[in-house]
Amino acid sequence: MTSIITRRRLTFGAAAASTLPLVGRGAQAQAPLGVGFIYVGPIGDHGWSWTHDQGRLALEKEFGSKIKTSFLENVAEGPDAARAIRQLAQAGNQLIFTTSFGFMNPTIQVAKQFPKVKFEHATGYQRAENVATYNARFYEGRAVIGTIAGHMSKSGQAGYVASFPIPEVVMGINAFHLAARKVNPNFKTKVVWASTWYDPAKEADAAKALIDQGADMITQHTDSAAPLQAAEQRGVFAFGQASDMKAFAPKAHLSAIVDDWSGYYIKRVKEVMDGSWKSGDVWGGIKDGFVKLAPFNDAVTPAARAAAEEVQKGIVAGTLHPFTGELKDQKGEVRVKAGEKASDEILSKMDWYVDGVQA
Amino acid sequence: MTTAILVSILMTLVAASTPILLAALGELVAEKAGVLNLGVEGMMLCGAVAGFAVAFSSGSTTLGLAAALLAGVAAAMIFAVLALSLNANQVATGLALTIFGIGASSLIGAGFVGRTVPRLGPVFPAALSEHPWLRVIFGHDILVYLSLALVIGVGWFLRRTRAGLILRAVGENDASAHAIGYPVIAIRYAAVAFGGALAGLGGAYFSLALTPMWADRLTAGRGWIALALVVFSAWKPGRLLIGAYLFGAVMTLELQAKAAGVNWLAPEVLAMTPYLATIAVLTMMSIGRRTGRLDAPACLGKPFSAT
Repeated sequence: MTSIITRRRLTFGAAAASTLPLVGRGAQAQAPLGVGFIYVGPIGDHGWSWTHDQGRLALEKEFGSKIKTSFLENVAEGPDAARAIRQLAQAGNQLIFTTSFGFMNPTIQVAKQFPKVKFEHATGYQRAENVATYNARFYEGRAVIGTIAGHMSKSGQAGYVASFPIPEVVMGINAFHLAARKVNPNFKTKVVWASTWYDPAKEADAAKALIDQGADMITQHTDSAAPLQAAEQRGVFAFGQASDMKAFAPKAHLSAIVDDWSGYYIKRVKEVMDGSWKSGDVWGGIKDGFVKLAPFNDAVTPAARAAAEEVQKGIVAGTLHPFTGELKDQKGEVRVKAGEKASDEILSKMDWYVDGVQA
Repeated sequence: MTTAILVSILMTLVAASTPILLAALGELVAEKAGVLNLGVEGMMLCGAVAGFAVAFSSGSTTLGLAAALLAGVAAAMIFAVLALSLNANQVATGLALTIFGIGASSLIGAGFVGRTVPRLGPVFPAALSEHPWLRVIFGHDILVYLSLALVIGVGWFLRRTRAGLILRAVGENDASAHAIGYPVIAIRYAAVAFGGALAGLGGAYFSLALTPMWADRLTAGRGWIALALVVFSAWKPGRLLIGAYLFGAVMTLELQAKAAGVNWLAPEVLAMTPYLATIAVLTMMSIGRRTGRLDAPACLGKPFSAT
């Protein structure tokens, strides 16, 4: 069962509140468990919000009539989000996933008012008794595609269409570049900040600009498939983001970093059902199934394929950490000492680029 | 800078400017007739989704463009009925049309997310359209040439034809035009329909030419830029052309500068340059004139009912 509530209805109709089903206190023991989701973008973005919605659909498939999910899409980060989250809590949802970094403070704030409701905030760092956080180690996937790029780039230059210089994105750029540089010591990674998560035409133009400047590998940390289409049009290779984007660029798409939240969502719903849910922080990677790689394109050379699989195996086995020292930033300062691995603390606050990155 | 890069930048620039130019030109005609339709973004999205849906289902990009045009007109007619026949507030109705367009396109497009169609190709044969530098002139698709032809056509229509004079009269003084016997409302309907048609085509430029796919809010706010450009142009098609290409140039060069490693400016500063430029030009224009109305059609946004 699904009830779709758009933000517009919240904005324009106070009446919307009265039409929401109330399954909270008065509900019988058999009543389905309410699970709510807040998305920052439209579920039709085929990117970040879409992957979270795939997780929601996986929940429905797994639990059927035992749960009732609802979601709010296009919720702006900031004060407005608190209203949206509160709305879901008032509607009787017992577990609420807030799926963007900017929902952090509103989530904490609303969680205080609803101590019995459990909250899960994606990519944040503030927790409470009833607020857990979760994130995926996307940088592990970036290390794999960086390895492929290092092997397959003829010009030795990759173009990176990025959104905003927040730690999550910076970490991805560094992981990609370090992996490529391991293969080709002269590798260059050029970054264009699109200053948006979602503007297909601009993302495509950014990719074109990078290709004009000599990049023959395009990768991205924005949400639409437009950079891949630009790569396909110009005859260079590219990597998909958040979901398998092969359909958009059959020749250019070498692989993609695929977000898969379904395993985590199913686990947490089960825990709420049997009463074992606890607040905590989960940062899952390839090993935990949070991050997957889309099937490699036939164009990926055997050497690149073997190396990429090697990296993937090493990460899963724990023998390879993408951020192993010595790592220097662009000023030449040593940030991670030789032989050491960057701690999660360093990663989650990363605001420096390894040398060779042009950002 | 090599010729190849220069040519490539120019190609990107033209492509980035075209949808804005199309939508703005349509809005210019509607505003010349005295109608302020703030629903450009909504009409563009209706065109974008209809064009994609039809092109995907039929396999024909031409049919897709036709559908986009019709969808734009259909959306504009919703506005026209409310704002012209029923005299609803034009600003509110236009905003509502944008919100409606976002929702409707998202609903219709839900089944098309993740699909793609062949890109709208160049008009001229490969010898010209793929020539290393002649492609700057001959390498574009039909909508680029159509938009340029329309700038000339609209300019000629407004300044040199009797029909254009009547349209302007309706926008400048609706009561007088009505007194002489011109059908004010019918003329405004036609102008709004023309605006819708071009907005629809402008929207389809995203879903069929720039990024041949459907994703929610594909136009990402270009409709608002088109609206600003109409003011920027002081309701003159020639200046609108310059404005649209200037805007396209700033958007393209911003990204090129970043790709080339120009990093003495924060990316955020580069990202806001197009908007700063708009504000700067608007300010200069109003300082220069001091008339306070920037040549706006006198009846812009005012409801009219024949009494």
